[in-house]
Amino acid sequence: MSDEIFTLTAHALRDRFRGGALRPSEAVEACLRRIDQVDGRLHAFLHVDREGALAEARRWDAVYAASSGGDGLPPLAGVPVAIKDNMCTCGLPTTAGSRILGQWRPPYDATVIERLRAAGAVILGKTNLDEFAMGSSTENSAFGPTHNPWDLDRVPGGSSGGSAAAVAAGEAPLALGSDTGGSIRQPAALCGVVGLKPTYGRVSRYGLIAFASSLDQIGPFSRDVADCALLLDAIAGHDPRDSTSASIPCPDFAGGLTPDVRGMRLGLPRETFGEGLERGVRDAVLAAARHMESLGARVEEVSLPHLEHALPTYYLIAPAECSSNLARYDGVQYGPRMETDDLITMYARTRAQGFGAEVKRRIMLGTYALSAGYYDAFYLKAQRVRTLVRRDFEHALEKVDLLLMPVSPSVAFRIGEKVDDPLQMYLSDIYTIPVNLAGNPGISISCGLAASLPVGLQLVGRPFDEATVLRAAYAYEQTTEHHRARPPL
Amino acid sequence: MPHRMDLSQVDHVARLARLELSDEERRRFAEQLGRILEHVAALDALDTSGVEPTSHVLPMTNVLREDQVTPSLPREVVLAEAREQEDGYFKVPRVILPD
Repeated sequence: MSDEIFTLTAHALRDRFRGGALRPSEAVEACLRRIDQVDGRLHAFLHVDREGALAEARRWDAVYAASSGGDGLPPLAGVPVAIKDNMCTCGLPTTAGSRILGQWRPPYDATVIERLRAAGAVILGKTNLDEFAMGSSTENSAFGPTHNPWDLDRVPGGSSGGSAAAVAAGEAPLALGSDTGGSIRQPAALCGVVGLKPTYGRVSRYGLIAFASSLDQIGPFSRDVADCALLLDAIAGHDPRDSTSASIPCPDFAGGLTPDVRGMRLGLPRETFGEGLERGVRDAVLAAARHMESLGARVEEVSLPHLEHALPTYYLIAPAECSSNLARYDGVQYGPRMETDDLITMYARTRAQGFGAEVKRRIMLGTYALSAGYYDAFYLKAQRVRTLVRRDFEHALEKVDLLLMPVSPSVAFRIGEKVDDPLQMYLSDIYTIPVNLAGNPGISISCGLAASLPVGLQLVGRPFDEATVLRAAYAYEQTTEHHRARPPL
Repeated sequence: MPHRMDLSQVDHVARLARLELSDEERRRFAEQLGRILEHVAALDALDTSGVEPTSHVLPMTNVLREDQVTPSLPREVVLAEAREQEDGYFKVPRVILPD
């Protein structure tokens, strides 16, 4: 394996900083060089904060030099991190992949950004995404698509495609994404990196630009499971500024990692291995299940009987919440404005110019589902079915410790392949959406290649039991080589 | 559930959503939203009588705290990104038009 700096994990960087073999500024310079080298082809970043990142890294250089082997320094001191551009970064452009925010610079940091800074992380820049995180391919960005580092003609997945591509390509060892219906796990799978959606409520959403508030959750991208735990440790925990963040204690996720699944019960939901699943993906995921069995886990079949109803449920609830959340973009407080004589026309024209096709489609769908006469038939019905989906997960996870299933029904698809067919695009999240409806934590880790493209393995745990999810993922990773495969860039 | 959308419904919803649509968008959304609504019609077949709706996955309780004054963002910082402002307020176009 190449020992170039840009290929190193966060924990490897940290060990070298502590041992004096490497300085944080050298790590940031290596990321910036890698960005210069490959991002013209990938377009993973919307904004790179060169000067800010270098200044912060040099500050950490001095702190390490004055320390005794890094003793007492915060866990991510000097480690570069990329941020999906729907999280507020004070003074840095935050676009949500949309034209409607213009060159908005937030006057405050999201809680996750505050926590990252407190943990010593260096913010490298902001990554590309589907507009307002609505999409599964990053093609809905107003600033053009991101390309998959494994095959530049293919999508990286979405909506956190920029973060996934950046980590896969070595532009950043760590990144944050957000996951409303699979937007961390699906791009992690399609780019061959680790992506975790924590339990709803585990990570504060304060300063995350809202899409669907009852589903949105921020989580880590990394190149191995130890780094995933390290980044989760930095961002997790109760925040009084987000009333939906849970007051549940966080264990030490990184410190508690052990590669041991002996006696662990894993359930394969039979509904996730049916029609529509590509052969290569199915083979790789089932091989991973057999591997877990060989490590001492007990594998059995379970059922999620309402799985087929999750997609229609999601496509009522998420657009309904989106239509409400996006009402705030009206040309008054920030962003560009279309000049007209009266207020209502100004709103309608500003929004017409500022939003892209998918965002408009979802605002329309959500407004319809919430409108007088349809509320009970659509929104309330969907909320009742959501209860049935949740119960499926509760029942299945009474019998087993984790669910083991595919992340996405296919490997990365071609750019342009699904842009004109919203329903086909929505189907690429069929195995991730139910997990958001239920609220449980889920991880995607690489379990091999199919047709030279990465396949993701999804492990889903009980609410607030990220520790077991990470332990199983770690055991798999420590006994396989798939996570070491890097794209041929 | 009704599962079609005609142009007059598209126009009604667009008005509610404060979105000005082009003719091409109106026709495209009528077709695409109709197909999505057909897809979500699968829920009709499910009997959900007696099932409580889930608005939120966490067991939520009211959060109570002392009413303490804490610093807010300075007014000029909040107004800095607005297209128009006057005397410390956001300024918008005329709300009531003369006849």
